[in-house]
Amino acid sequence: MNLSVSIGKLRMQNPVTVASGTFGYGAEYARLIDVNQLGAVTVKGIRLNPVPGNPTPRTAEVSSGMLNAIGLQGPGVDGFIKKYWPFLRELKVPTIINIWGTTVEEYAEVARRFDALGGVGALELNVSCPNIKEGGAQFGTDCKLLAQVVAACRQATTLPLITKMSPNVPNIAPLAKAAEEAGSDALAVTNSFPAMAIDIHTRKPKLANVTGGLTGPAIKPIAVKLVWEASKAVKIPIIGMGGIQCADDAIEFLMAGATAVAVGTANFYEPQTALHVIAGIRDFMARKNLTDVKEITGSFLPGK
Amino acid sequence: MLEQTVTIAAHERDAEAYFRLVLHAPAIAPLIQPGQFAHVRILPMKDALLRRPFSIFQVGRDTFSILYKNVGKGTDALSRMRVGEELSVIAPLGHGFTVPKPGGETPLLVAGGYGMAAMFLLAQRSPQKGIVFVGGRRRVDILCEQDFAAIGWEVRVATEDGSHGEKGFVTVPLIAEIRNSKFEIRNYKLFACGPTPMLKAVGKIAEDFNLPAELSMDEHMCCGVGTCLACVIKVKTGEGWEYQRTCTEGPVYDSRQILWEEAK
Repeated sequence: MNLSVSIGKLRMQNPVTVASGTFGYGAEYARLIDVNQLGAVTVKGIRLNPVPGNPTPRTAEVSSGMLNAIGLQGPGVDGFIKKYWPFLRELKVPTIINIWGTTVEEYAEVARRFDALGGVGALELNVSCPNIKEGGAQFGTDCKLLAQVVAACRQATTLPLITKMSPNVPNIAPLAKAAEEAGSDALAVTNSFPAMAIDIHTRKPKLANVTGGLTGPAIKPIAVKLVWEASKAVKIPIIGMGGIQCADDAIEFLMAGATAVAVGTANFYEPQTALHVIAGIRDFMARKNLTDVKEITGSFLPGK
Repeated sequence: MLEQTVTIAAHERDAEAYFRLVLHAPAIAPLIQPGQFAHVRILPMKDALLRRPFSIFQVGRDTFSILYKNVGKGTDALSRMRVGEELSVIAPLGHGFTVPKPGGETPLLVAGGYGMAAMFLLAQRSPQKGIVFVGGRRRVDILCEQDFAAIGWEVRVATEDGSHGEKGFVTVPLIAEIRNSKFEIRNYKLFACGPTPMLKAVGKIAEDFNLPAELSMDEHMCCGVGTCLACVIKVKTGEGWEYQRTCTEGPVYDSRQILWEEAK
């Protein structure tokens, strides 16, 4: 039975990674699960310099999901390399580093730095964080800007590039095409959805940032649709994500057109989820007499 | 830390909305240090996904317990669970209290409401007996007085409505004790767990009397193991401050490290 997949030059032993921002820098969960069983580890978003992040409260639970507005708190490139890279470098599975910036030049510079580091599995371009005023999401909602960011990073590195697409667009197809044409090796679909919640007793927002990103099972059907739409628009592989809690959820994303999947919010409440998803995909393949997980990708039958 | 599915060994109402929950967790129990917490997934909750953090109250050979108040969706679902049912637990978590050394400082514990639960193990494991100061709104909010008395600790109570002990905040009898101490003041060390305004007040008292203090900080928590960066507070550094995770670097901090925010 073959579970391995390729995302550009990135080879994953199985199609399951974790969503950026839900798995820290890998070492935190290594105390609870064997991270070497994942397809890849995807780390929290990093820009050139350290970022303090937003005021608290930064998260709020909502029905079947949660809101977050962490504000991409992070150690910057140098801090990451010093503090977290020694652990990640020793893993048997590749690391996908999520990067972001406030300018096209910053994205490219961060890409260059990680290219020079050596040993990185792939770079994921975060052009879709809803919680950062400057940068982030603006690049993910405008075809021209998106193409500029991707092209600049393409120039800066030979590492596989995964563009993490914003869900906050009327039609994902032209953006997906723009990323593909500018040299992206893959797409990650999707990020969190802009949302908010109010404490009716204090009349205050539940997040200090007022608005945040909705994640968790609440967004899964919307994310599945976005994966389907993006997969019809491009030839490059897609990593599907949004509310995956179990293998059935992951298989749904694969059928919609994803080559791989990422477990996100579920890590926060059940750190074993990604490993359960891998085992469940294996069981599903055995039951359906499938020998290669790639047979599931795009096998959705939209007709009658 | 371990993630385990554990069984409810006992579950009783303590008073009004307060409950005592004992979990059979033989692998976790010996690892627990005072001031640490358990991150509990309440499996019957259907649409509320996140784990709930609880201070660890008492530890037995094969068990540990929590003392909680039914305040919302999670604790309401928990309060309906019965002996024999299962919970998923990640524990023990966090950086707890420093247990006083034999012949070292005399601990003064300060608790607000169910913050009292977080102090019991520290009292039990401290080689020196001290005094525990506990405050609450009403008589019913004063928890586990008997548990502390049973291990030979003196308990001083303050309630806001005066229905039990002194009338007022817990800081009133605390300051009185420090001022009227028959001991050398310098031998005292404060340990506190409770609402943030109380912790801030205890930090101020420590500063005023030049006493060391360890505070168990409370911030809205999500993953509990250091990945999500939800539960951060501002902690002083050489250059200024940084956000630190109360689930990992905390919840217990030396009071001098805390950069207090303006009241929210």
